[in-house]
Amino acid sequence: MGNRYSRYMAVSTAWVVAVGAVCYFGGLKTASAAGAQEQRPSSFNSGQVRPAEDPAKVIHGKALYAINCQACHGQDLRGGDMGGPNLLRSQVALTDQHGELIVPIIQGSRMSQGMPNIGLNDEDAGAVAAYIRSVIGTIGSQGTPPGEKDKPKLNIVVGDATRGKEYFAAHCASCHSATGDLKTIATTYPEPMQLQAAWVAGGGRNRSAVRKAPTVDVTVAQGKKISGELVRIDDFLVTLKQSDGTQRTFARKGAMPVVVVHDPMQAHRDMMPRYTDNDIHDVTAYLVTLK
Amino acid sequence: MKRTYTLSIASLLLSSAFSFCQGSGVAPEELLKPLKNDWPTYNGDYTGKRYSALTQVNRLTVKNLSLAWFSRMTPGRDAAAPSARGPQGPQVPLIVGGEGPDNINIRAGSIKGSVLAVDGTLYVTMPDNAWAIDARDGHQLWHYFWKTKGGTHIGNRGFGMWNGYLFMETPDDYLVSLDAKTGKERWHKMIANVEEGYFATPAPIVIGNHVLVGMGNDIDSPGFLQSFDPETGELQWKFYTVPMKKGDPGADTWKSIDAARHGGAQTWITGAYDPETKLYIFGTGNPTPAYTTGLRGDLDNLFTCSLIAVNVDTGKMAWYFQTSPHDMHDYDSAQTPVLIDGVFKGKMRKMVATAARNGYYFLVDRVTGEHLVTAKYGETTNWAKGLTPAGGPKRDPDKDATVAGSLASPNSGGTINWEPVTFSPVTKLFYTYEDDSFSILHLTDTDPRGSMGLGGKEEMYVGGTGSYLSALDYRTGVARWRHKFYSYGGLGGGGLLSTAGGLVFTGDAAGNLVAFDAADGKLLWNTRIGNISNAPQTFEMDGHQYVICASGDTLWSFILH
Repeated sequence: MGNRYSRYMAVSTAWVVAVGAVCYFGGLKTASAAGAQEQRPSSFNSGQVRPAEDPAKVIHGKALYAINCQACHGQDLRGGDMGGPNLLRSQVALTDQHGELIVPIIQGSRMSQGMPNIGLNDEDAGAVAAYIRSVIGTIGSQGTPPGEKDKPKLNIVVGDATRGKEYFAAHCASCHSATGDLKTIATTYPEPMQLQAAWVAGGGRNRSAVRKAPTVDVTVAQGKKISGELVRIDDFLVTLKQSDGTQRTFARKGAMPVVVVHDPMQAHRDMMPRYTDNDIHDVTAYLVTLK
Repeated sequence: MKRTYTLSIASLLLSSAFSFCQGSGVAPEELLKPLKNDWPTYNGDYTGKRYSALTQVNRLTVKNLSLAWFSRMTPGRDAAAPSARGPQGPQVPLIVGGEGPDNINIRAGSIKGSVLAVDGTLYVTMPDNAWAIDARDGHQLWHYFWKTKGGTHIGNRGFGMWNGYLFMETPDDYLVSLDAKTGKERWHKMIANVEEGYFATPAPIVIGNHVLVGMGNDIDSPGFLQSFDPETGELQWKFYTVPMKKGDPGADTWKSIDAARHGGAQTWITGAYDPETKLYIFGTGNPTPAYTTGLRGDLDNLFTCSLIAVNVDTGKMAWYFQTSPHDMHDYDSAQTPVLIDGVFKGKMRKMVATAARNGYYFLVDRVTGEHLVTAKYGETTNWAKGLTPAGGPKRDPDKDATVAGSLASPNSGGTINWEPVTFSPVTKLFYTYEDDSFSILHLTDTDPRGSMGLGGKEEMYVGGTGSYLSALDYRTGVARWRHKFYSYGGLGGGGLLSTAGGLVFTGDAAGNLVAFDAADGKLLWNTRIGNISNAPQTFEMDGHQYVICASGDTLWSFILH
């Protein structure tokens, strides 16, 4: 699906969730389970607060799940070797409110489709349903499965450091030095994945990373050149910060003023289409040694 | 005499205060006409061109375009604070609907959709909110607020209109119909289950007596398009974009029916309609899981990432063309299809063109679905090598997400995303954004059972080489000119508009609304009002041509002075 946050200029949407007396239009319902702790809303359905499950029931259900269900449906509910479907993306599991959909299936309503009758009574099957719902409630936004962030980290450093060093000498050493500005880059970015992204991008979001700001020369009509740090530029205006800290803005119209931007990052942008993935992995393997 | 006179003045004043000069709305046959004085449907007309026949604002006069008014919308239950910018108008009627618990108040929002301009009134939406606005001065006539149950609140693309009725979708998956004059709700219908991860952003499109409603979802649920009766809200048909049972078309392109039924292909952007063939043509989203292939198998996974044509009366598919076979990068192809009648290789043809998120431009015969052109318009696009036998880009498996990281272009946001494109029949150019971006894609889930939704990967954005407004020759997909924006990692704005005045309007990613010369990309006019969050639009009223656009929660209106 589309509509990802990353595709948008950030738009601040302030959610104010007032938990308290819930007033339904028409007064058909009263707020359920007053005082029950509400779970953090599952972020794939932001705003919707799933009702809290009874912790004791969930613990009981988890044990029953391990005994009766795990072999087919997997410890993480994602399905298993014996052909049980993934429950995390089951429409039944996603929409079950209080066991009304899951319990009958546990008790044999889908035997024709290969789901055996597990033979649990209402209470036990209900506890399993509560456990399943509690896991579903932890699905992250855009379908990130539960536990995704807790997985053991895979080693992404697979490149050849020797070749990486050669590549660095050939392509990076005109601006950077392994004994100078980058000598502690692996300390600055202890996570290789972050380090790799940071060097390819030409600086990361890490605060200790110093990113060189672009400078700009603006030559106005009389051959007079004003230089400074680039504050902003578009087709119509250019703003620079002079050495004394003051800002100046120039209108851009036609050939004058002549605007020349010196952006140390440009080399990084120019390189992007040229790297092979092996180049990147090799340079990363080299850079992780610079502590 | 005198007394009667005063009375009639008073009654005139009264009636003008309570009648909003709104006419009878949009008759379905009006929607068959090319875009001119009003803006009665999401793309202006059925072609998706977003090309206006108005010429008052043109290459010569655009330098005199200046502000008519601006108007700020405050979403949520709270009435807008008294405006410091003018006399306090009458209290705006607030109409409240929805099935949510009313404990969620969204106090900020952004206009990321199209505004309907009909009979001197503008109809504007944000998620859960809608307004009618007087097009002459920007004052609000009514505000509708929907109490949400949840769902992803990321954008709302606007209203559809049928006679005097409006239709909008809500993030918690309802189709809501309002009376355009008063904003009063006529009915609402549940169109999907929010618990299954569905959330609705699209603008409904009205065709004859059908209200077509698309849908979005970021977890593993099937995509579909639905048609509702505009009067009663009854479901007329439902078209699934993935096979739902054994033997369905496309089923043999999935590893299993279970995989297909969780396969995605969402319908989250409004399509185009060809009245001659009665075909509604729209794009579909990515397959799920998006970044892992274990569950899906190695085949094409139809009908994800495809252009699809369905008969509007039956909901039956006439043809399809897949623009990203077996996508592995979240490059969904929901982007707006544009209908073009023109010469192709010496013959007049009826075609449909689309610039997809995956960095490729496609031209297809819209009667038969015959593939005509595939062209890479994203300069740095690197995920494919050559073409498949059917004419789609052939994915390079080396550019899938890998444990060590694979440098892919474009990033998951795409070369273009939701933003409407435009086509000028005069210049014969197809104007699109081109964002040449890169990400390093790490596979974080090596479980052969696959991840879900967009999980199983870590995407590291590393920037890009630039973003552009690109004017493509529709016959080849090759850019005749490109204008580079001063931004790295971001498109120009919320979409594009072209006009018979020889102009292309768009935001420029630096806080300007800009008018370009459609022929060569020369900058003709700009105004600095903040980042433009929707596609500029135009309409005519009282002999003036208006240009409108939004920046966040504010709607701006410009005329020639």
